[in-house]
Amino acid sequence: MSALMSYAPLFPEILLAVGAMALLMLGAFQPETDGNAETISWLAVILMVIAAILVAQGSGTTETLFDGAYVNDAFARFMKILVLGGSAGALLMSAQFLRHAKMMKFELPVLVVLSTIGMMIMVSAGDLIALYLGLELMSLALYVLAAFRRDDVRSSEAGLKYFVLGALSSGMLLYGASLIYGFTGSTDFATIARVATSAEASNLGLIMGLVFLLVGLAFKVSAVPFHMWTPDVYEGSPTPITAFFAAAPKIAAMGLLIRVVAGALPGFVAQWQQIIIFLSIASMLLGAFAAIGQTNIKRLMAYSSIGNIGFALVGLAAGTQEGVEAVLIYLAIYLAMTLGVFACMLAMQRDGEPVEDIAELSGLWTHNGALAFVLATLMFSLAGIPPLAGFFGKLYVFKAAVDAGLLWLAVLGVVASVVAAFYYIRIIKVMYFDEARAAFSPAGKSVWAVMALSAAVVLLFVIAPATLIDAATAAAKAFKL
Amino acid sequence: MTLSPSTPILSIITFLPLAGVVFIAMLNAEAVRNIRWVALWTTLITFAVSLLIWINFDTTNAGFQFVEERAWLGPFKYKMGVDGVSMLFVILTTFIMPFAILASWESIETNIKEYMIAFLALETLMIGVFSALDLMLFYLFFEGGLIPMFLIIGVWGGKRRVYASFKFFLYTLLGSVLMLVAMLAMYGHAGTTDIPTLMTTKFPADMQWWLWLAFFASFAVKMPMWPVHTWLPDAHVEAPTAGSVILAAILLKMGGYGFLRFSLPMFPLASHDLAPMVFALSVVAIVYTSLVALAQEDVKKLIAYSSVAHMGFVTMGIFTMTAQGLDGAIFQMLSHGLVSAALFLCVGVVYDRMHTREIAAYGGLVERMPLYAFCFMVFTMANVGLPGTSGFVGEFLTLLGAFKANTTVAAIATLGVILSAAYALYLYRRMIFGEMTKPKLKALEDLSPRELVILVPLVVLIIFFGVYPAPVLDVTAASVAKIVSNYETAISAAAQIAK
Repeated sequence: MSALMSYAPLFPEILLAVGAMALLMLGAFQPETDGNAETISWLAVILMVIAAILVAQGSGTTETLFDGAYVNDAFARFMKILVLGGSAGALLMSAQFLRHAKMMKFELPVLVVLSTIGMMIMVSAGDLIALYLGLELMSLALYVLAAFRRDDVRSSEAGLKYFVLGALSSGMLLYGASLIYGFTGSTDFATIARVATSAEASNLGLIMGLVFLLVGLAFKVSAVPFHMWTPDVYEGSPTPITAFFAAAPKIAAMGLLIRVVAGALPGFVAQWQQIIIFLSIASMLLGAFAAIGQTNIKRLMAYSSIGNIGFALVGLAAGTQEGVEAVLIYLAIYLAMTLGVFACMLAMQRDGEPVEDIAELSGLWTHNGALAFVLATLMFSLAGIPPLAGFFGKLYVFKAAVDAGLLWLAVLGVVASVVAAFYYIRIIKVMYFDEARAAFSPAGKSVWAVMALSAAVVLLFVIAPATLIDAATAAAKAFKL
Repeated sequence: MTLSPSTPILSIITFLPLAGVVFIAMLNAEAVRNIRWVALWTTLITFAVSLLIWINFDTTNAGFQFVEERAWLGPFKYKMGVDGVSMLFVILTTFIMPFAILASWESIETNIKEYMIAFLALETLMIGVFSALDLMLFYLFFEGGLIPMFLIIGVWGGKRRVYASFKFFLYTLLGSVLMLVAMLAMYGHAGTTDIPTLMTTKFPADMQWWLWLAFFASFAVKMPMWPVHTWLPDAHVEAPTAGSVILAAILLKMGGYGFLRFSLPMFPLASHDLAPMVFALSVVAIVYTSLVALAQEDVKKLIAYSSVAHMGFVTMGIFTMTAQGLDGAIFQMLSHGLVSAALFLCVGVVYDRMHTREIAAYGGLVERMPLYAFCFMVFTMANVGLPGTSGFVGEFLTLLGAFKANTTVAAIATLGVILSAAYALYLYRRMIFGEMTKPKLKALEDLSPRELVILVPLVVLIIFFGVYPAPVLDVTAASVAKIVSNYETAISAAAQIAK
């Protein structure tokens, strides 16, 4: 029994894994109807909620398993709750869309759960092998999910693009990992951190390994210039799956990035800081400028998510514990906003046919005031206008940058923020200032639930921000930067 | 009525309009009469409560009063308080709001519920700006005001409202985010965002320059100063009447308030060094925009440019760093708050009747609307700065202060007084005097009771404060003297070190 209990930190993952298998069996041996598939979807959501409760109830200390390959510290717990929240939210709001698109199959929630397990392993990785294991488990499920709409050529294109580029990036990441293993003699993060001190800074092999590793991770996180897959994959995939992509895997990949640079290579801060600064500036600027010309809301949100990752990376670029804390706060708020916006996008449908053109939102205020209000709130929040939550995310990352002496990065960031604000308020302008078009069909209850929750978080964060901030501070303490 | 020191009176005043928002949100959108009256009562009650501050204000105390502090976001505290500089702006805000609501009574016919909600939310944010004593809280209220104003201009505005609202939003946002970075740098250096503490923190000279410039970016756009004033004419012209009233009367004052609260006390060395630049920009604003106003064909645009010119007097007065200059600047801001609100309300009165802002469409209004002509005359004279109106006191004091600081600047600025008389009287003559030739004008009615209620109190106050400015000047005196003496200390200390 105690042998079993020694795996206690792993219980959430074990629950999800066994649950995924069980759901798979259930789905395979039940008649293939929409109702059954929806039941399985609900069961998957419940599973993830239980897993989240298990994570939150876990012991407050740091535990390692498998010789340090699996680490369950405050950071891992924080990220896991975010990831589980993102996955559950995305699954929750997908029912109506999937039913209409004849995509309501039981494999979808199973794949989502399996991908989530991969994400949870990623954020708990204490070892290069565990990192790769979690990454691939997550990614393989995602490739299939991107191509889930079998009769849509755009979906197949999205899946193929994602797969090819994802495999390429995984290859580069593995190469970088192997170099790091070669030059430090271990795959374990703690050992690497001990060996790769700042004295080793001139070790070219380590630097090469770091660069390749970061390139691979930058692909996953869709930082510029490794972002090329994002607009096409986001646009081509079915919307609820895009919602899932924008929420959970991004957060898990960022968590992984933080684990690697802050956990495994804290001695190399001067080196990776330069790379992260470059990634962050490029992402912020591209995310700001490239979205201005977009007329498809999914593509616009793809570029917006690239920009958001750029802002999150500003916090990481600071290279301090405060910076990591800022990134975590930003990611949590980003999750709430992203799920909300995608829920609004799912509400943009006429008789089940999705509407993706921004111009179709014209005059939305006059016939669907609530939807327009939620979307406007989220847009203002994404633009970073106080007192909405998005402002606080940006405040913390820029504060971390300024405190670390990167004043000019903060200035670039705020300017990019103003440029990006243009297309966010343009969506508000279309909804509020333009002539009304045909109304949308009413959205399902689960979509409204996610929208309402997201709007509430964004609006009311200003009153009670302490919970998130304290959790993020505790999580950031896991790194000795 | 005395206040107990533990009553969070400023929080009450700040969030009372928000209570009105919640109430209106629960009303049916068709119950327009109820919505209007609830909004009006909310603003009137807020004004009444805010008078408690004036009654209980200790004019001998140069520091902050009615201070309340609560934990909020880690190092950033929820701290509110007012001193001689900010107290009257709070009163101005709560005073002007009922006028704005009344002005919208009949002119806004669509989506009245959302309109009132936007205005009340804006009132909360505006009062918060003037009462906040924490940098982040100030920033939150300062920036937050962009959202309701953007919607007010864009939804209920005129033909080019989309262009105007975007310009207003992005211009102001760009300036403000630079201020945000400066605030973060200040926090990094001083370890606190508490405004009273920061007012006594010594920042190194070169850091002061950068911080001053970043804050200047934000306040110059807000004031607006030349050359970043171009958003104002568009915003004023396209906004609905009440929107223009609030924009001119209160939002513009946030820039001046910002200079008084941040640039002068916290960055005295930079203020001293960069005062010549501010003088140059102020003087250009006064003369140039007055000339531009002379050429305008749209009433609202003319008044908008006249606002820029008057704000030029304010910035000039602030950076003279003398007691008269500062007192004059604050008085000028308050007076301009009343006068420009009144002028826009007058425009609103004729716009409601004729639905045009073109000066050429009017003429000889005195025949049909003598009461209106009288009120408009008082406001025009106040705009010009005629002694006996509140406009004179502010202008005169700022010119006195400017004369002490730099006689050339004062001389050129005084030219501005002549120019303002030129455009103001020219406007008045074209609209009110002369022959009434246009047939449409012959059917015009004089002021309705509601319009009398809007205009007459302003006439009374403008003349009252023009003749008896003491209530205002007494309030500001102590805090202004403190700002000036702190500034002198800082400059002489720096001079000592330089030796």
